[in-house]
Amino acid sequence: MAEVRLNDVQKVYPNGFKAIHGIDIDITDGEFIVLVGPSGCGKSTLLRMIAGLETVSDGEIHIGERMVNQLEPADRDIAMVFQNYALYPHMSCYDNMAYGLRNKGMPKDEIEKRVREAAEILELAQLLDRRPRQLSGGQRQRIAMGRAIVREPSVFLFDEPLSNLDAKLRVQMRVEIRKLQRNLGTTSVYVTHDQVEAMTMADRLVVMNEGVAEQIGTPIEVYERPATMFVAGFIGSPAMNFMDAKVEGEEVVVGGKLHFPMPNGTGALEAGREVSLGIRPEHLDLGGNGDVGLPIKVELVEHLGADTLVYGYLPWDTQNLVTLRMQGSQEFPAGHEITLTVSHDHLHLFDKQSGKRI
Amino acid sequence: MIENRPWLAVLSHLVLLVGVAVIVLPIWITFVASTHPGEVLMQAPIPMWPGDKFLENYALVLGAGVEDAGGVPVGVMLLNSLIMALSITFGKIAISIIAAYAIVYFEFPFRMFCFWIIFITLMLPVEVRILPTFAVVANLEMLNTYAGLSVPLIASATATFLFRQFFLTVPEELCEAARIDGAGPFKFFIDILLPLSRTNMAALFVILFIYGWNQYLWPLLVTTDESYYTIVMGIQRMVNVSEQLPVWNLVMATTILAMLPPVIVVVGMQKLFVKGLVEVEK
Repeated sequence: MAEVRLNDVQKVYPNGFKAIHGIDIDITDGEFIVLVGPSGCGKSTLLRMIAGLETVSDGEIHIGERMVNQLEPADRDIAMVFQNYALYPHMSCYDNMAYGLRNKGMPKDEIEKRVREAAEILELAQLLDRRPRQLSGGQRQRIAMGRAIVREPSVFLFDEPLSNLDAKLRVQMRVEIRKLQRNLGTTSVYVTHDQVEAMTMADRLVVMNEGVAEQIGTPIEVYERPATMFVAGFIGSPAMNFMDAKVEGEEVVVGGKLHFPMPNGTGALEAGREVSLGIRPEHLDLGGNGDVGLPIKVELVEHLGADTLVYGYLPWDTQNLVTLRMQGSQEFPAGHEITLTVSHDHLHLFDKQSGKRI
Repeated sequence: MIENRPWLAVLSHLVLLVGVAVIVLPIWITFVASTHPGEVLMQAPIPMWPGDKFLENYALVLGAGVEDAGGVPVGVMLLNSLIMALSITFGKIAISIIAAYAIVYFEFPFRMFCFWIIFITLMLPVEVRILPTFAVVANLEMLNTYAGLSVPLIASATATFLFRQFFLTVPEELCEAARIDGAGPFKFFIDILLPLSRTNMAALFVILFIYGWNQYLWPLLVTTDESYYTIVMGIQRMVNVSEQLPVWNLVMATTILAMLPPVIVVVGMQKLFVKGLVEVEK
């Protein structure tokens, strides 16, 4: 059990590429932090720096009381679960779990006890004699988890551990990992590109983009008050609709025709300022009694069963699709014109240049 | 593939039989010749069926050797060949797996340069560098020693290259997992990499053993003492006797004996050998 603190952590590769641009995160004891972002955003690099598999170019990483920048991975009191599990193929599952403990010089009976306990928790007791190749993906995943648990580390590090599993198993393991982490109370850092995993598992999310932590906050905070346009577009599915708009007095005007009231909590803005107006697809209503009506020409309809996604264009802007997510299933012919409304509680304003929330 | 065309089956079997005959017939003749008295083989129709001198001929070559060829017992030569072939094989595997480990897993200056230097020596087989190598061995006073027979043949670019290619296919995460598990470079090599390379080592063992066993030119150069003669040289000396006809029955018996160890190695390690060549799953 330990806190993890990252102070202005940076990573610059020898070829000059800057992968991490100075990240500060304070992870409290027992917290489950999810690093989420698109491919190449530096989330895995950051995790590997915490693990000690990548060197830290600048800044400090503390685990508990210790500054671990110069420590070998084995001395950092961490355990890591890899995307491809990285089980030793020539060892039985028991040996896979016991290997790290043996290297520490732990007495045999203590190893035996810990492995049996972990196997009990993960329901792998019958698999301990088998080789990894004789196991299914889900079982391998459990062994990899077991290898992490038996070390009883201060910090668990997960590097996209569920991305090799099928969709159903992924949901199941997601719940299990979360339950397990809560029971053990071990501080955890989890990397994923899957926003559903991120939203459902995290105590706090770190949304990363191009080596920068765009926002750190609870899933609900990140969803309800995204700090930047990037976060707004990345979290939430389908992605948020953005429209170019201009400030005119107490209103935000889109395309010179649609007059939106200022979102709650936004102070007075200078007239004529260029902004982006964001509306989540699920906050658009068909008909309804929202504040403003958007006339939309339907282009395409997707049926998800429980929900229906409708894509269409504003009449003066045929570049940007507007997406509507509605409950139930309803058919619209292409070219059909509908009016969508939105409540002013659900408007997000971003600065057009910096992308920052206003 | 399931085929039901009787003529195709007949044809393919015919082709197979011809193939087998081409390979097996000379060996059969060799074996038959080794079981007859010497005079029989000098006359026109060579016998096609085994004679009655099997035990006699083999006992003679194993125990006393062929007099005209120096009288070195084949048993001694077999032992010499075995020592040389095994030294070369184990030496090559050990050296090249360590070299490959260094090249793949460690960052050091001129790493790629080292690799290419090793790789380039592939183009220099023993025959090309035989004079300088001989001079070195002679200066080190290793003529007529087992070390002189085997050490110069141990460095192997081929095996280093094969192990390098294999190590590159081992997922990087395995090395990282081992680091997190507290295994240093040495432990990782012994506990993880060596067991994973088992089939590759077996495949190389077969190839290298045969390579070492069949060495002819090098032992011919560095050994003048008969007690260090190898079997392949021995056969050549038996055929090459002056002013006499070679004793073909004894030559053939020696040949059969010389063929046995490689055959045993191939048959014994066949399963691992094939696995080592085709295995993809890691």
